[in-house]
Amino acid sequence: MQIRPIISALWHHKSGTVLIVLQIALTLAIVCNALFIVHQRVTRMSRPSGVDEAQVLVIRNQWIGDPTQQQARALMSSDLETLRRVPGVVDVYASNGYPLGTDGWSKGVRYTMDQKSAASPTAIYFADEHALATLGLKLVAGRNFRANDIGDMAPRDSLMPRVIIITKALADKLFPDGHAVGRQVCIGNAPPSTIVGVVERMQTWSGSFSDAWVERSTLVPFRLLASSTAYLVRVQPGASQDVVRAALRGLFAANPLRVIGAKDVQAYDQVRASAYRSDRGMAILMGVICLVLLATTAAGIVGLTSFWVGQRRKHIGVRRALGATKNDILRYFCTENLLISVGGVIIGAQLTVALNALLVHRFEMQRLSLTYVAVGIVVVLLLGQCAVLVPAWRASRLPPVEATRSV
Amino acid sequence: MLGYYVQLAVHSFRRSPGLTALMVIIMAVGVAASMTTYAVFRAVSGNPLPDRSAQLFVPQIDNLGPQNGATRANLPDALTYIDAMALMRAHAASRQTAIYPIAGNVVPQDGVHRPFAVTGYAAYTDFFSMFEAPFEYGGAWSDGDDRARANVIVISSQLNRQLFGGANSVGKNLDLDGRDYRVVGVVDRWNPQPRFYDVNNGYGFGDAPDVYLPFTRAVDVHMGSNGNNNCSASSKPVAPGWDGWLQSECVWVSLWVALPDAAAVQRYREFLGDYASAQQRSGRFQWAANVRLSGMMDWLDHEGVVPPETKVSMLVAFGFLLVCLVNTVGLLLAKIMRRAGEIGVRRALGASRAEIYRQFIAEAAIVGVAGGALGLALTAMGMLGTDLLFDPDIAKLAHLTASLIGMTLLVAVTAAVMAGIYPAWRAARVQPSWQLKSQ
Repeated sequence: MQIRPIISALWHHKSGTVLIVLQIALTLAIVCNALFIVHQRVTRMSRPSGVDEAQVLVIRNQWIGDPTQQQARALMSSDLETLRRVPGVVDVYASNGYPLGTDGWSKGVRYTMDQKSAASPTAIYFADEHALATLGLKLVAGRNFRANDIGDMAPRDSLMPRVIIITKALADKLFPDGHAVGRQVCIGNAPPSTIVGVVERMQTWSGSFSDAWVERSTLVPFRLLASSTAYLVRVQPGASQDVVRAALRGLFAANPLRVIGAKDVQAYDQVRASAYRSDRGMAILMGVICLVLLATTAAGIVGLTSFWVGQRRKHIGVRRALGATKNDILRYFCTENLLISVGGVIIGAQLTVALNALLVHRFEMQRLSLTYVAVGIVVVLLLGQCAVLVPAWRASRLPPVEATRSV
Repeated sequence: MLGYYVQLAVHSFRRSPGLTALMVIIMAVGVAASMTTYAVFRAVSGNPLPDRSAQLFVPQIDNLGPQNGATRANLPDALTYIDAMALMRAHAASRQTAIYPIAGNVVPQDGVHRPFAVTGYAAYTDFFSMFEAPFEYGGAWSDGDDRARANVIVISSQLNRQLFGGANSVGKNLDLDGRDYRVVGVVDRWNPQPRFYDVNNGYGFGDAPDVYLPFTRAVDVHMGSNGNNNCSASSKPVAPGWDGWLQSECVWVSLWVALPDAAAVQRYREFLGDYASAQQRSGRFQWAANVRLSGMMDWLDHEGVVPPETKVSMLVAFGFLLVCLVNTVGLLLAKIMRRAGEIGVRRALGASRAEIYRQFIAEAAIVGVAGGALGLALTAMGMLGTDLLFDPDIAKLAHLTASLIGMTLLVAVTAAVMAGIYPAWRAARVQPSWQLKSQ
């Protein structure tokens, strides 16, 4: 197959060629970046939280009025008792927050009290000796809290834990040598706390501010005696529905002076869905735009090639009369499209990188990996070849007698 | 003449219905994607208080210090209780209010309904006049109520409907967290979005607040902030209890001031600098005064109110519209050049180049109108889908308004006409003699 006649034919259709090249270039740039966004969002959404999500429920509770510390302690332990008695409940504990929740506490971790800036931020989760079993967190070093580790804390008190359990991510950050258990760190401005255990993973609550330290969490051995509390409940498989009904009945029977709204009871898949709502939306939107864009470009290629075939009926007839086979004609149009597409992807690759640079600069996105550009190029070239097949095939069916007919 | 062009265009569409339909659909999809994302963007980036925004300002004071990462551009985005109260007492602006978000539980006294959770704000009386909150019944509490730390409350019309059936409830009592408050006003439907006065707590969008309490009263009854509380400036553990927290370096109070003109802004800026310098002299700050006074729109920008998702999706959608445009140029060109013979005949029969040009621009415009109409239908569908794609609180704000309808059609027609310029120019340059010869 000779390329020179194809190029000279394209030279006669400069504007059409330029338009397809431009369209392919823009398509490549947008599709690569959009798919990269989809990839990033899906990666974010598939981060494990560390929680055994299928079996955990969240019940957020608020007491009416201002219970005193003694009252709050009594109310909380009565609630935990009530929940433990519900058939289908395996374990339960109370906390200020939970992975993927809407809000929570954070503190800076320092090696010593007089260190000026924190070594790492960390999410703070209040916990007792049931927390690990309830959430299904895996202890990879050290020990769990014991019942006598657990103390009470009023909401305005300073957090001063004697012992803490941290996640592996935080342990690796603070002690890269891998020996965190038994070492001491300061949480916020508190005097040193001893690390007694390390859990494999426990995500922070949702939100972009903790994106850089998403698995650095700390469990502190306190019951937070605040008017609002989250009960984390581990249920037997398949028992959630019944547990929710029985738990609410039990809690309100024990003390009606509380608020548990309709949105305050959630299975963990709902917690996860609302935490990643905008990520999912973005992934869907970008995915749809990619598909429609590829379809549009394919349609454009079909349209313009059909037009060219229509214009060149006579040429095709002459070539067929002079001995060109149907395959020769088919190959001619496919090669022509390949040339145009290659021109498009060369410009498009540069546009892709430029668009990504803009997104990195303006919206703090990550840099696009070149694999994406490579995959995008292959996809666009294949798309061009597929799109051109129909008009090219139709061209190859033109009989040689076309040469003698007038338009 | 226009009628004739339309007739010719319709004739030409009949001859190639597939190609025409393709152009219209592609144009419609491109326009719909752009307009849907634009509608969401416009909803979140708008000015929530257009006639007042120029006079509302937010002061910031660096109580963090450079060693804790404060810079000229990066100051704590709330104030400590001590600073907020000092600025309130100084009365350096014509009107001012300290604000913090609160949450509580309303206990209905009918013995039937269960208690339910409400959210709102603790503020000073100026809050309502500064932010132009309209009242359905009654009005704001008085300056005296602020000073007397009175147990008064302003509620939303929604809460008023829920508790009092929508009747005038001024003077009635309401039980919030087991304490009685006297209703002094019912705010009519009022929910500026973004909620500029609370964006530093991340509550930029959402349903209207239910209750407003005097700041002084809320502090008296130890109602904690329902928003952020950042204690990274306190170098020693915060003293225990409520008063320890009030006196701490934790930041959790927002302050808004109304400054009518440039001179007042300048004076307030100086006042703020002087205040911080005094704190340095007293030994509280070990660094030079670092303060900032931002106007409302700068503040919204600084706090990053418009989610990046909104901007990125709009950017990508407009890129998509550009591809649709290029595509339409190609298809129009193909369509027009196929009719070179017909153009030659028209030219030979006396049509001028300008007339040919106008004819094809008209044809492109008709594609634009059709694409716009279909695009409008798709945009309307897209509006229903926004809550699948964006945060529901944000999606709720995007509506198909008259201006958006007009803009959709305008964008479609403009895009189509722009796409038609080059093909029409090419058509106008067709040489009649060549075309007639080749026939």
